[in-house]
Amino acid sequence: MNLSTLIPTFDVQSVVIDPWTTDFSEKGWILLMGFLTSVACGWVGQHLLLRRMALMGDAISHSILPGLATAFLVASFLFGQRSESSHAARDSSVMLIGAIGAGWITTLLIGLIHRRSRIKQDAAIGIVFATLFAIGVVLITLFADHVDLDADCVLYGEIGFVPFQETLRAFGLTLGPVPVARMAVVTLLTVLATIFFYKELVISSFDAGLATSLGIHAPTVHLLLMGWLSVVVVSAFESVGAILVIAMLIVPGATAALIVSRLPSLFTLIVLHSAISSVAGLHLALWLDCSIAGAMVVAGCFLFTLAWATHALLRARDQRHLIAQPLPTPTPL
Amino acid sequence: MKPRQPTALLAFALLVVFAVLLAPAAEAAKIGELTGNSVRDQALRFLTLRDPAVRYALAGSMLLGISCGLLGAFLVVRRLALVGDALSHAVLPGVAAGFLWSQTKDPFAIFVGAVIAGLLGTLVVEGIKQTTRLKEDAALGLVLAGFYAVGICMVTMIQRLPTGAKSGIDKFLFGQAAAIGPRDLQLMAVVAVLATATVLVFYKELLVASFDAAFARSIGYPVRVIHYSLMLLLAFSVVSALQAVGVVLVSAMLITPAAAAYLLTDRMHRMLLYAAVIGLVSGALGCFLSFLGSNLPTGPLMVLSGSALFTAAFLFASRHGVVTRWWNHRSSASRVRRENTLKTVYRILEDRKFHGEGVSLRELAERRRETIEDANRQARDLVRHGLATFHPADLCVLLTPVGRQRAIELVRNHRLWELYLTHAAHIPADHVHEDAERIEHVLGEDVVRELERRLNYADTDPHGRPIPTPNAIQAAGPVETTRRPPPGYGL
Repeated sequence: MNLSTLIPTFDVQSVVIDPWTTDFSEKGWILLMGFLTSVACGWVGQHLLLRRMALMGDAISHSILPGLATAFLVASFLFGQRSESSHAARDSSVMLIGAIGAGWITTLLIGLIHRRSRIKQDAAIGIVFATLFAIGVVLITLFADHVDLDADCVLYGEIGFVPFQETLRAFGLTLGPVPVARMAVVTLLTVLATIFFYKELVISSFDAGLATSLGIHAPTVHLLLMGWLSVVVVSAFESVGAILVIAMLIVPGATAALIVSRLPSLFTLIVLHSAISSVAGLHLALWLDCSIAGAMVVAGCFLFTLAWATHALLRARDQRHLIAQPLPTPTPL
Repeated sequence: MKPRQPTALLAFALLVVFAVLLAPAAEAAKIGELTGNSVRDQALRFLTLRDPAVRYALAGSMLLGISCGLLGAFLVVRRLALVGDALSHAVLPGVAAGFLWSQTKDPFAIFVGAVIAGLLGTLVVEGIKQTTRLKEDAALGLVLAGFYAVGICMVTMIQRLPTGAKSGIDKFLFGQAAAIGPRDLQLMAVVAVLATATVLVFYKELLVASFDAAFARSIGYPVRVIHYSLMLLLAFSVVSALQAVGVVLVSAMLITPAAAAYLLTDRMHRMLLYAAVIGLVSGALGCFLSFLGSNLPTGPLMVLSGSALFTAAFLFASRHGVVTRWWNHRSSASRVRRENTLKTVYRILEDRKFHGEGVSLRELAERRRETIEDANRQARDLVRHGLATFHPADLCVLLTPVGRQRAIELVRNHRLWELYLTHAAHIPADHVHEDAERIEHVLGEDVVRELERRLNYADTDPHGRPIPTPNAIQAAGPVETTRRPPPGYGL
């Protein structure tokens, strides 16, 4: 095989210039969606990283699937078959309920297995999310007519379809495609919640005992965080899928953690990382003609690799520096 | 050589599977042609194993169950369960690269590519953990999602190719056991044999390195080599399972059977055997279920079968099951309650110098500070266990010889323990009752003998009451044989 069929030639006009000029009305929404998703996921993910629970993100992003499938099934039996006309609001609320329910059930099940038996937490996470995800896949296959979900979309999302979704109109203004509008609200709420509840979140992350002594009920904070994580993941679900969303949760925070160590600068860097990776990812996807969400994550991972390499080089230089200096000769007593 | 026995059993089980499934698979085509025409019920078709595709799928599912179960057991005891998850997602770019290299869905090329990608993934996890301050969960998540993203980009690029559209590479995401061909089956058999042989031959090394790495290092085992060999084997078995289970869920086949086995036993060699058997059963079950529906994916159904078995173990395992423990706890709580009633009956009899054998419900209720109904319920409980008889005419209970014996033992245990605490531990006499109340139910005969010896066969407790001995009382017999309680004690 020649690679030329696989990797198209790099056409500056179509890859770099067009998305910002002629195609901007379409590509702009994709960019905005990628950026918003990445920021919301990155900020929530940073809280998970602080709590060393990054893999709870993994678990919840998988178990959202049966939540959505069940919610859609119940809704279709309650309200009848989904018609072609717009039901954006109803769909959104059904999704949210399903997602939050699934998130909490996952958290509780993992806690149940972990506490009630000698299974360790990591194995409990692995068992619960795989089981729920499997239930989700079976539900989707069995009731394909009632569930407006598609297994491929679950795996890598359809961010490219975002601009063609129905647009949201309010107060006589056209506000943009529904998924983007929903993501914008979620992102805004994530940012506001992080700022307003900064103290509670940070203290309960670092020292649950201190949090309790200050009157912050750490388990409640945990459960609320998991619920909000489900909301963020479900809003991102359609566009990036169940597994790429894990990357969006972890990669920005991990990259930032290699560069700075103060929390406020971490959160700022996450925004920067999101912007760079979504722009670079879009160009990469246009060049290689591959999944846009996948390419955005690949770009984010490339940024992480850069940060990691720099970090490793600096560390090596520091160590050489330390070794180069002669040890002070001990003075005889 | 006791621990060898179960592992030998395992090897035997594996051989049996081979004999049963691979032998007919060899001449599958012929048999398939013979019976292919007749219309049969799907289930019957599956159970009679007439179809070659069914045999391939079933043999493959069982083989992958065995190898995943065996290796997963090491992951679960080493708390590396999610390494399996990360590894299984990380193989996706390797699958895509193997496909690109060979132009077809050649199992061997895909196998090599995927193993390389998986190993690279575990190396990157180690690298991130060692050179940065990111924690293990972050490192695993990064590798899992990062590699997967690269894989997704490659898969979407392949699907755009003229040769790629019908390649079925997307089947690697959820798995399709029906697509297992003879070459896939060979690969799976090789991996299963390799995994079993490695576990059998290097059982001791793997065991020591898993449970006490520092000790293993100190006696000169190459712990890092063992770790990476395990990872290599793991990559082998994950990749061989991809075709049937898919990238997303293969980690569950590693974790779930092993976790169920972990609940069933405390011995590593038994856990390995159980994990392999549970893996085998869930593979076969998943394969069967997916065959019943028209286009049901195999992977999720295998995972669900495994989860069902895990749930059964979680609830009903003989020692660690939730329901079992609740039941044991409940029955021991009711035993303690019963024994306390028995003791009360004895104390009432003792207080009236064993005049009259019967103890009325009212006495019982007054002594235990309860209602008559409660006392009645407890008396019934004694009767049900053959410790007493109930006489409705007088509303009183009468201890049977067995009940009497047990009551005396309990009172003796209680008083001996009180005496021991005041004597040996110098605890004031008014502080020892509570402790004795708890321990009297669990003291064994040997401990009681030893206590008696140490206390020089004392016959009075710290409160001045006699310590009864079962034989003496039995020899003396009841003082008075009338059933009626003395006046003033009845209803």
